[in-house]
Amino acid sequence: MLENIYTELIAEHSQSKENRRQLENATITERGHNPTCGDEITLSLEIADGVIRDAAFTGEGCAISQASTDMMIELLRGKSVDEAKRLAELFIAMIHGEIDDDDELAELDEAAALKNISTMPARVKCATLAWHTLDTAIKHSDGDSLA
Amino acid sequence: MNKNFLNDFPILRTQMNGQPLAYLDNSATTQKPENVVRSICGYYGGCNANPHRGVYELSQKSTKVYEDARRKVAKFINAKSAREIIFTKNATESLNLVAFSYGLTNLQAGDEILITIAEHHSNLVPWQIVARAKGAKLNYIYLTADGNLSEADISAKLTRRTKILAVTQISNVLGLVNDVKTLAAKAHEVGAVVIVDGSQSVPHIPVDVQDFDADFLAFSGHKMLSPMGIGVLYGKQKILDAMPPFLTGGDMIEYVTEQETTFAELPQKFEAGTQNVGGAAGLTAAIDYLQSVGFDEIARVENDLTTFAISELKKIPYVELYGCDAPNKVGIVTFNIRDVHPHDVATILDAQGVAIRAGHHCAQPLMKFLGVNSTCRASFYFYNTRRDVERLIDAIKTVRGVMKLH
Ligand SMILES: Cc1ncc(COP(=O)(O)O)c(C=O)c1O
Ligand SMILES: [Zn+2]
Repeated sequence: MLENIYTELIAEHSQSKENRRQLENATITERGHNPTCGDEITLSLEIADGVIRDAAFTGEGCAISQASTDMMIELLRGKSVDEAKRLAELFIAMIHGEIDDDDELAELDEAAALKNISTMPARVKCATLAWHTLDTAIKHSDGDSLA
Repeated sequence: MNKNFLNDFPILRTQMNGQPLAYLDNSATTQKPENVVRSICGYYGGCNANPHRGVYELSQKSTKVYEDARRKVAKFINAKSAREIIFTKNATESLNLVAFSYGLTNLQAGDEILITIAEHHSNLVPWQIVARAKGAKLNYIYLTADGNLSEADISAKLTRRTKILAVTQISNVLGLVNDVKTLAAKAHEVGAVVIVDGSQSVPHIPVDVQDFDADFLAFSGHKMLSPMGIGVLYGKQKILDAMPPFLTGGDMIEYVTEQETTFAELPQKFEAGTQNVGGAAGLTAAIDYLQSVGFDEIARVENDLTTFAISELKKIPYVELYGCDAPNKVGIVTFNIRDVHPHDVATILDAQGVAIRAGHHCAQPLMKFLGVNSTCRASFYFYNTRRDVERLIDAIKTVRGVMKLH
């Protein structure tokens, strides 16, 4: 059971420093946290013409929350905002056990490796933190562009 | 000799993730012995009726179960009278009752409330709200390096302006025992009312409210072998008599007219609505069980397990311990594993059948003060064994490997 959760891939992503920084040209910064366990991230996105040009994060928390954020960031770069939104929905559906078809999940790339979390209810919030934060960030950025 | 408690606690013989259960989250809630489970079944199977409301025999039986429990609790904590025992659903409700009934009525702008940085949110958030509502100031006693309350803070902050001192007798994070008797005496000297959070003390050490002379004591049944949903507020009768009701409605009234109500006497004044009689039956059985074990034995086992766990953990170079060097410590060991988040530690231990708590333990200001985001906590009760501690230590030794840290 543990081997399916704490894989090399998760270890690498949770320890990687590459995407841990402040974005100089961030157009939106969103904080997310899990009050029950204390996982925290601050996600910054640089969005131009409806496309995520760059993304980065800072934060502290368990390996699952941090690896999930790192994988999400790598997936987001270059994607349109609409695509990002759809991928977040797909990821959350995977973690909630609603979608488990590997072909369908292939789009999530490395983040699909977190699928096994769907069998661990206590860790679901850790895995989805980044993706919910992304969703909120996108909603806020929509608000900005309307204003 | 260790009595074999496993016979009385069937849940301790079950498995978790295919491994025998080592239940080390007793500060969160304790397991229930069979006599407690039987007493609840017995109540619902043979005595159930709405207490205080019926003239028929079954209702009288139910009333007796409830009032017997009140007398049992009064004796257990050495209250002067059973009227000083108010049943609530948990310590949180007890503390809210004091904050909103006593606090809102008696505090004025400029008054001060003094609490410690080691309080559980349930002895902290209500005071924040009451302080804000009344324009009072909420002050904190901080800790010294060994985790004990700062004497300097106590002297400086406990003044004539202090109207309320609310303090936990045992911290649910560090397990350190505060000398509430001395604190209460100092607080009374300046005219403050003293509220003791006994959530972690009443289950583990003998508590005598007349001896330490606090004005209020709050605790939860579920942390002392009882079912969830029954808690206690002890208060000195004179103070309780002068306080307005907290919740209002059925059972707590004397006369109700269209525009006016007079309230029942203590303790009914504070017990609005149908009460948890099954829970009270369970609490009575739990106190019986605790008394049959005895607090000397409870202290002996818990000290042995705590000392053993700390000495084993100190041998592991990548384990950091919090508040583990103070002598006045009871049954709780809080730690972190270097470079591993407590959540991951708890998951890895869970897979090996070891149940611990990870997180902020409802004490976020204390976490901030300690400079950590969260911690792991193992907490013991008398039914735990050295074998449980060995399993904890063995599992901790696997953590860094599972996380691919070497
Ligand atoms: C010191 C302390 N105070 C208060 C509480 C609140 O107890 P309950 O959740 O039963 O109301 C707890 C339990 O978590 C505690 O440890
Ligand atoms: Zn987490």
